[in-house]
Amino acid sequence: MEFTLFLVGLIAATLRVATPLIYGTLGELFSERSGVLNLGIEGTMFLGAFVGFAAASLSGSLWIGLLAAIIAGLLAGLLMALLSVRLGVNQHVAGLGITLLTTGLSLYAFRVIFGESKVPPSIESFPMLSILPETHILAPITNQYLLTFIGLALIPVVWWIINKTRFGLQIRAVGENPEAADAAGLNVYAIRTAALAIGGSLMAVGGAFLTMAQLGSFTFGIIAGRGWVCIALIIFANWKAVNVLWGALIFGGVQALQLRLQTLGFKLPYELFLSLPYVVTIIALTIAGRNSSAPSALLKPYRRE
Amino acid sequence: MHAVQMKGIVKRFADLVANDHVDFDLEKGEIHALLGENGAGKTTLMRILYGLYHADEGQILINGSPVAIHAPRDAIKLGIGMVTQHFTLVPTLTVAENMVLGETGSFTINLKEIEKKVAEASKRFGVPVNPHALIRHLSVGERQRVEILKALYHDAQILILDEPTAVLVPQEVEVLFNALLRLQKDGLSVVFISHHLNEVMQICNRVTVLRDGKLTGTVKIADTNLKDLANMMVGRENFGVTRQGEREQGKVELRIEKINAVDKKGLQALKDVSLEVRQGEILGLAGVSGNGQTELSAVLCGTQKITSGKVFAGDVDLSSADTSDVCAAGVGRIPEDRHANLVGELSVAENLILDQMDKFKKNGIMDQQKIQDNAEELIKTYNIKANANDRLRTLSGGNMQKVMLARTLSQNPRIVIASQPTRGLDVGATDYVRSTLLEQRDRGAAVLLLSEDLEEIMALSDRIAVIYGGKIMGVLPAQEATAEKLGLMMAGSAA
Repeated sequence: MEFTLFLVGLIAATLRVATPLIYGTLGELFSERSGVLNLGIEGTMFLGAFVGFAAASLSGSLWIGLLAAIIAGLLAGLLMALLSVRLGVNQHVAGLGITLLTTGLSLYAFRVIFGESKVPPSIESFPMLSILPETHILAPITNQYLLTFIGLALIPVVWWIINKTRFGLQIRAVGENPEAADAAGLNVYAIRTAALAIGGSLMAVGGAFLTMAQLGSFTFGIIAGRGWVCIALIIFANWKAVNVLWGALIFGGVQALQLRLQTLGFKLPYELFLSLPYVVTIIALTIAGRNSSAPSALLKPYRRE
Repeated sequence: MHAVQMKGIVKRFADLVANDHVDFDLEKGEIHALLGENGAGKTTLMRILYGLYHADEGQILINGSPVAIHAPRDAIKLGIGMVTQHFTLVPTLTVAENMVLGETGSFTINLKEIEKKVAEASKRFGVPVNPHALIRHLSVGERQRVEILKALYHDAQILILDEPTAVLVPQEVEVLFNALLRLQKDGLSVVFISHHLNEVMQICNRVTVLRDGKLTGTVKIADTNLKDLANMMVGRENFGVTRQGEREQGKVELRIEKINAVDKKGLQALKDVSLEVRQGEILGLAGVSGNGQTELSAVLCGTQKITSGKVFAGDVDLSSADTSDVCAAGVGRIPEDRHANLVGELSVAENLILDQMDKFKKNGIMDQQKIQDNAEELIKTYNIKANANDRLRTLSGGNMQKVMLARTLSQNPRIVIASQPTRGLDVGATDYVRSTLLEQRDRGAAVLLLSEDLEEIMALSDRIAVIYGGKIMGVLPAQEATAEKLGLMMAGSAA
């Protein structure tokens, strides 16, 4: 019985931890399949977390907050497109620049709006859905945030968009061979810009989930490298939407597990447990990343001669 | 009636004038050759017509009315299709998906229906393709057919083919020509970019010749001949370097015994390859691109390991040699990718000593005077049009190749491995490289020439080997080798 409870708690926590990663990785998937590595992801998630929180706090409506986060992410994606697609700036530099910019802007705006206070401001966050009664043994697993279910549902949707729609075909084409796409009469810039905008919105929702559902407050270390984890997960997923689920669940699972291991009272420094998910990520990457099928045009700005 | 008229087209790239007031016209239903050396401006002119470049000056008329073509989609709308040298297909997509890439329309795509339509078009135009196949699984000839069908599928009335035969074996060329002649009967107008005179004479109705970006003239094929065309193309009548007479051959200098090797993906690239090259002979290795030539050349240059077999340079076992062993054994290398073997940011003088720095050291420091003298001498001997201190990247392709030749051959190697030594060079530079290789042969070196240019192989080689699928299909003495025989072997039939 005790083990069942442990397991149920672990699975429930895994899904919660995995949610922002699913959004972030799906967002990065759109960017990278179109040929652009978006290292702005860490900052875009941070921006989403902040804007969602601030807009919800100021307007009093969580949905307005979420919408604001989506728009902020879209703008961050468009900025990335302006730099890396239109102006052909090195993608690493543009992405890191956006992460620095959006992080700094968010922190600044946070201070301006909320001032310095001892008690961090908080909002009434999204409630968990009650699908099963509280007393049911599986309730912790099924009673999750709506955003978690939407995130899970997005995986097949993104797969369908990438593989079955005209827009998806265009994304794949510009990510694999932009010269061919151009010669076929496609607008490489427009397609990459659209992919980055969609990707940015998804990343921002991933960040907003943390402030608006899981925590209800905004702290400076809220993203804590989740964006970089998404960059690793996309390699683990071999750029395939369906595999994003497994990557996010493995990382989320190990993260949830290490939190529980810490409380079991092993006489080990807690930093060791903290590092566990990242160690597992590196191991998973070295195994899965070896026969990678990265989009051929990834990292290459497209320029017509 | 003119399908296309281009008037006074000017296109500049920085200082270079790629097209200098060029006029070109294409009549409906003709196959019109655009002939010229590498760098003459043929491809540039057609890329302008297809919207890949923008002309700085000039006017384009389609079916008599002036048009503005900003991008390929404008050209496609006007009924223009282009098959470029580097195929513009997405290798991870299927044939059918590639066909509809540029189309707009419904949000979802019904692949089944598209595949059916592609199959119908394939039958109707007589261009056989399999709509389900992934592009990366197709041969070069098949990919070209997909490109042609793609243009026709989008209702092209005007088809531009950029050096379509460069990647094909002679038998595939015939298939292509038959398809073109059939399509011509149905009213298609074709621009055929080439620098192969024979092909132009064989299939075209008219020919426009460009030289150094300028129009030399347009003539009817019926009114001209090979010699005149050659003259128009290069500005001199006598061209081409060929091997003169037979030579007595010495002992075996390079011996390759049953070597096996894998390519980058870990697939078997060389299967039991055995070859012998004697002193004072050129052994030509013919084959279509991608049949193991790259790997063989890498093995012989010491940049790739073999999985089994032996390589000997004279008595020296080079089976597990690295590059410095290969150099020490007197093997001179003229590699396939000269950009990978020269450093663009270093000077000509520095590049000339890159693989023999030990010889230019004095008390552990590079001897600048000696390096400079060496460069001055080689620049004179090899007729390199550059100064010793010029950055290498500022040189033309031909001069870069001369630097490569100078570095390698000035060390008097007893074995010369030359991979695609004239690829991308103009006729003048090509002649120079070829005659230099013949000098090496006459000097007594054993020369292994790997080339995809069959004419080059036949012009220079004493014996000709053919590689297909990583296997040697056979070795013929030059006297017995005909284009037809070699073509069959290059396509995989045993001699």
